[in-house]
Formats: sequence, structure tokens, C-alpha cells
Amino acid sequence: MYVAVKGGEAAIANAHRLLAETRRGDTTVPELSVAQIREQMALLVDRVMTEGSLHDPDLAALALKQARGDLIEAVFLVRAYRTTLPRFGASEPVETGAMSLRRRISATYKDLPGGQVLGPTFDYTHRLIDFALAAEGEAPAAEEAEPLADAAHAPRVTDLLGQDGLIEPSAPDDGTPPGDLTREPLDFPADRALRLQALARGDEGFVLALGYSTQRGYGRTHPFVGEIRVGTVAVEFVPEELGFAVPLGEVALTECQMVNQFHGSAEVPPQFTRGYGLAFGQSERKAMAMALVDRALRAEELGEPVGAPAQDQEFVLAHCDALQATGFVEHLKLPHYVDFQAELELVRRLRAEHAARRSRVEADTSETERKEAAE
Amino acid sequence: MLARGFHDPVHEAQGVFRAVMDALARPGTIQALATDLAPPAPLTPELAAIALALADSDAPLWLDAALGENTAVPDFLRFHTGARIAAVPSEAAFALIADPAACPDFGAFAQGMPAYPDRSATLVLAVSGLADDEGWHLDGPGIKGSARLTAAPLPADFLGRLGRNHAAFPQGIDLILAAPGRLAALPRSTRVTTGG
Amino acid sequence: MSAAVAAPGTGYNFAYLDEGTKRMIRRAILKAIAIPGYQVPFASREMPMPYGWGTGGVQVTAAILGANDVLKVIDQGSDDTTNAVSIRAFFARTANVAVTTRTREATVIQTRHRIPEAPLHEGQVLVYQVPIPEPLRFLEPRETETRQLHALAEYGLMHVKLYEDIARHGHIATTYAYPVEVAGRYVMDPSPTPKFDNPKMDDCPALQLFGAGREKRIYAVPPYTRVRSLDFEDHPFRVQRFDRPCALCGAEGVYLDEVLLDDAGGRMFVCSDTDHCEERRADGHVGTEAARV
Repeated sequence: MYVAVKGGEAAIANAHRLLAETRRGDTTVPELSVAQIREQMALLVDRVMTEGSLHDPDLAALALKQARGDLIEAVFLVRAYRTTLPRFGASEPVETGAMSLRRRISATYKDLPGGQVLGPTFDYTHRLIDFALAAEGEAPAAEEAEPLADAAHAPRVTDLLGQDGLIEPSAPDDGTPPGDLTREPLDFPADRALRLQALARGDEGFVLALGYSTQRGYGRTHPFVGEIRVGTVAVEFVPEELGFAVPLGEVALTECQMVNQFHGSAEVPPQFTRGYGLAFGQSERKAMAMALVDRALRAEELGEPVGAPAQDQEFVLAHCDALQATGFVEHLKLPHYVDFQAELELVRRLRAEHAARRSRVEADTSETERKEAAE
Repeated sequence: MLARGFHDPVHEAQGVFRAVMDALARPGTIQALATDLAPPAPLTPELAAIALALADSDAPLWLDAALGENTAVPDFLRFHTGARIAAVPSEAAFALIADPAACPDFGAFAQGMPAYPDRSATLVLAVSGLADDEGWHLDGPGIKGSARLTAAPLPADFLGRLGRNHAAFPQGIDLILAAPGRLAALPRSTRVTTGG
Repeated sequence: MSAAVAAPGTGYNFAYLDEGTKRMIRRAILKAIAIPGYQVPFASREMPMPYGWGTGGVQVTAAILGANDVLKVIDQGSDDTTNAVSIRAFFARTANVAVTTRTREATVIQTRHRIPEAPLHEGQVLVYQVPIPEPLRFLEPRETETRQLHALAEYGLMHVKLYEDIARHGHIATTYAYPVEVAGRYVMDPSPTPKFDNPKMDDCPALQLFGAGREKRIYAVPPYTRVRSLDFEDHPFRVQRFDRPCALCGAEGVYLDEVLLDDAGGRMFVCSDTDHCEERRADGHVGTEAARV
């Protein structure tokens, strides 16, 4: 018997209860603590902070727990929380040149002031499943490290290149505050600061694929990793009523400076150009991919031919946000039966018209055949 | 001492907004606007209520000469809205005009651009008289058939200004006419004539 | 935050959004009303529901809603579909407003994909959830291009598209999100309502507001405004017709949903607008399958 759909409310409440139970899983297995996630799933936490645009490892870890480990869902929780926070203003620019370094590598120089510092990296590990980890034993303590190069002795590679004029200077700070796409709707063409904001918030997978595409010839940029540095920087804020900077604390960052070939133009001599990536925590893949796409998006500014997807800012910026993408893709789960009914009616009518045309043609053909046979 | 703002900022702002929205959506109708604000003169309670409901640090205000004469007026508005007081009319999102007979030419205010006609000013005029049973003839979106409206005091060439404003559609400015306890609006989409 | 400000017991502001966000949305709504059919960019916020699930409509509703409003939320014409239930519950919780399923009792109606069958009246605002606000988007994907086309009122592309339909099928094959021209100027996407509902937008006594959250646009059709579905002299606009009445209430001239009854081709057609259907049945109207309820 047909029953008009009723009780959506009860169904939703039940689904939420079931979700909570499923999230916990087998209750004989100890529950994960937020601190455990923060400490032991740290790279995942970093990614949630980066795409969530909020530096708060505990909150990101909690979001991951609530989201059953679904990355985009966790980013969603963090973003929705972020929108409700009061805004006191913008911090002073952070000085990555003065970063307290945990890792610092350059692919453009064998050695350089401050040295190469591998730090905690998967690079050069053999990707063999370590069954010892399943035994839940304690990891051996790392060797006591030499004190890391202090910032004054590890200048940024781009600053070293800049001394010789071999790389374009960073655009001078003209004092205008950078835009904020969470406060103003994105308008095209977007300036570089806004593009970088969008890429930093962008889905790592999408940005990675776009960066990769530039390496395969879709908007080639001839990149070198000038430097990747991972560490912590101090954040300062100037309250209106004080008029001087006060420290707020530290944030962990990964910065990637790509150095790209550039043939120059009538006005500009040949020199290297920059692609820039910045992410919270240790997020090297994201920072590198972002730097590749940033440089690709500068094609027009540098007078290069534009045509590849990674060079097309409307395409990149309109599609890089995982929340927008996931929301619209997943909204297809919502009922669409009103529009489907409209399409059903159309397809039935088109099929009927098609059948009518066919039978007319067949009737005409057999009529002709009958006449021919009779002749 | 600074005059106070809304008692209940959430619901009073919502009420003022709905009155303005209904007035713009139904040009020629007069909407009630009750407020007990007591701002410094010559800022009227209605102009103050509209400013407090809609202006903020993203939506600068411009004040006409009459309002600018009493520094308590910009102080009151800055404190309660956080809005910048624009030095030139073209930078304002909302222009507050206490002396409507001396209303500057509409061309002094932001008109929007062909691709962004929304980037344009809303002028809020403190009028003393407002009636919907005589005066101009109105037609256009929001109006069932036609409507009447009159307001005073206004510059002698006001009808001509309204005509030029409408002719520039979709660019142009929008007008709110705020009388004691009541308001009406003339969006750029409204055609205003003498009738006949 | 005073007790009057907070939505009781939620820790959030009345109707969820902070006052600064509401002001920003309200200013966009006022410009949208003044420029009928033009899409006003606004700084859409991240809402606690996904993009594509009504965040634009929810933001518009949150910005206009007052303590005395009576809210109705429908999806596919029905008050009972899961997303309608979810959005109604969101506002009942964060704004503590009265909710209803009765079209005529509501002062604010948020909708996805339908316009109610009962005529709307002057005291109402209809808020549409919009996925893709740009009517030219599938003809020209670039925002920089479509914005120029609107600025120049250059809508030839749209007519070409509709005419290609006629060339191929003998008639226009767009069944929903059928483009309209508003007040003789802007071409507008009516959201994915079936074109059956387009005539209800024309000269409607209620104010119609459209919110697209992911695409960050708000637009409006003021009351009593000319809304013309695009067509050609030799191929005038026509709406869907159903060759039978609602099986439950016997209503004719309404939009129907097709319900599959079994796996042997059994089906019946019932009102998409569940409130309309229930009211008719309460008034004693009976369809052929009324016994099934």
C-alpha cells in the first residue's frame, strides 16, 4: 500500500544516533583521545588546519574524531566553526626568514648558509609496512640533534638569489591590506594574494594534480625547489588601542619557494621568477603543489601564453575548494524527483514523436515498395 | 553624553531592515518605522535607525552639510555603527540627508558600473511629509498597476532627477524617504511621472 | 550578548548568523530588489550545512527572519522531505520561530525546486535555494564573460540554444530551470523549478528572493513584476500538462509526482505540493486512489 512519505524528522534523528554509535565502533577497543590524534595523526591534523584556514591543532584533532577520520568532513567542521569566531583584525606579516627551523632543504644548492636539515621526513624511507608498529611498542628515541641553525644563519634561498638580481624581487608592500575571500566574494581577475589564499585553502589532491599537470607540459614553468622550510614562526598583532605589536604565540608552517626559469621580455632581463606555497604544520606536498600552481597562474602577468588548466584562474579558483566541490557533488543525493518528472515527461514525448516519425517513414517505404512491386 | 543605540540590536535592526525591504519591494507604499532612538539633532530618529540597522565598517556613510554641522552626529554614528564617515559622497554606501531640499545632485553618488550596478549608493532623505494618495504617479517592478506618492520638502527639479536616474537603469541610486514614524522608497527601477 | 540576542539555549545568535553577516546580506538583498533579476555578489559564509544543500536560501532566510515570522520550508513541494525537515529544524532551533506547513499561514517560505500551488499573497516572501544562479553558465562557463553579456543585455546565446532545441526536437526541450526575462531587462535563472511553475513568478503578489551560497549570489523579483519565460513567436512558451488528476485528491492543473507502486509497471500520479493535497483532502476532495492513504 502506498503511504505518502512521512516522518523525515524521525528518520533523521535515528540516522544521527546510528552515526554516533558507528563513529565509536567496537566499544571493547579503547576510545581515541583528541591528544592521541593530535600527536600521532599530526600530518592529517596539519592538513585539516591548512584547508580549514584555522591554526588550532586540538580543534582539528577533535574535528577528525567527530568526522570519523573523513578529512573533508573535518575541514568542514573547522570552517563552519571558524565563521562564527569574532575577528579582531589581521596579524602582522610573519617573518619566515626568522623561522625556528625543524627541516630545511634546497634543491638548487648543494650546500648553503645554514645547511640542509632533513628533519622528520618520509623522503628516503623504504615504504615497507612496519609490522613492529602493530605490536604497539615504543619508538626508539631520536639521536640528540645538533642545535638547529639559528635563523640569522639560514637566510632564505630567494633572498640569496635576490642579492645578485638573478630573481625577480617580491612585489613591494604598498600597505594595502590583502583581500580576504571569506569576507568578500571572489571577483575575477583575482590578485595574487587572493589566489594564494584560495590555493592554501584548496583541496590538496586537486592542487597536487594541477601542479603535476604543469610538469607534464600543461603550462610548463621549469621549476626548481629553491627551498622548503618547516618550523615555527612568531605571530604578532597590533591592537588598535595599543599601537604596538604584541606577541600572540607561534604557528607551525611549511613554506616552499619555487624558483622558475623566465626568458624575460622587452622590458625585463632574463631572470628567475617565483612560485610560492605556504601551509600550516608540515604540509610539504601541499606547499610544493601550491607553489607550482601559483607560478602557473602568473603566466598572464609575465606575458606568457595562457591556455592550460593550471593557468586559468577562473577554472582553478572556482574549483579548488573541497567544501564547495563536495557539497555540490553530494547534493545530487538530495531528492530531485520534481525535475526528474519533468525530464521523464519530455523523454516520453520525444520517444513518442520519434516512434511516430519512424512509423511514417516505414509506412512510406512499404508504400513505395508495394508500388514498385506492382509495376 | 553619547545618545544610546538600539535597546535590542538584533530585533530592532531586523524590524528596520524589513520596513526598508518592504518599501523598496513595493514602491509607493508607506511602511511604519517605529523607533525610540533620540539621536543628536538634526539627525532624525528614522535616519539614525536606518543607519544603525544597515551601516558598518564595510558600508560607509556620507552626511549632508546640515548633519555635518553638529559633530555629535558623526560621533554618534561612528560609535554605534563602526562605519567610516566618507569625506566625499561618491565613497558612501548610504548617504544621510537631513536637509532634503538641498539634496546634492544624484550624480555625486556612486552609480555602480554596467557590470556591477549594485555598487551604488542608497540615499536616505529625512522628509517631513509623506503621502501615498496624491502627487507623483509611479509604475514599475513592485507596483500593482500604478501608485501615487508625494514627499516634502524636496528640490524643485526632483522629478527631473528621478527621471534621469531611472533612465540610467540598471545603474543609478536608490532613495529612501523617511518621515517621522514612516518611510517609503523609490528604487531606480521605478518610473516616476506627473501622470496625465 | 544579552538574553534577547541569543537564540535560547544554542549559544548562537538569533537565526545563527552574526549581525555583521546579516547586515552584509541585507544590503545585498536591497540592491537585488532595486535591480530586479541582477545577481548581486555577496560574501556567502560557510554554514553548518553543505554547499549545494541550501546554504544560499538559508542565509537569505536568516537575514530577513524576525521573531514574529512564520516559516515554511519545502523541498520538491513537500514539507516532509529530509532536507526540508533539516532546514526547518535549524531555524526552529536557532531562531525559535513558529513553523508551519500551511502555505497561506507562512510569512516566509523557503523552497527548493517548487513554487506552492496555492496563490501567494502580499504578506509573503518566497526564498529560493539556487545551485547555479547564472542562466548563461552552461553556454559560457566564464564569469568574466557572462558578466559582460548581462551588462550589455546580450542574450543572443540563450536564444540560439533554445532555437537549437527547436531545430532538433521540433520544440524547446528545457523542462526545468527554464530561463526568464525579468522586468524587460535581465535574463534570470528561476532555480531548478519545473517550467510548470514559471507562470507563477509573473506578477506575483509576494516578494521572491533567490540565494546561491556556493556561487555567492543573491537576486530578487519584486512583487507584481513582469517575469516572461523566453520563447519565440512561432514557438510560444508552454508548460507541462498532466493527462490525469492527482490520484489522492483529484486536483487538476497541478504538478504531479509519479510514484512507482510495484515492479510490474504499477504507478500513480500524486500532487507534488503535499500541503495543497492535504488541504484538498481535508476539504473532502477524493481521488481514484484515495483509499491508499
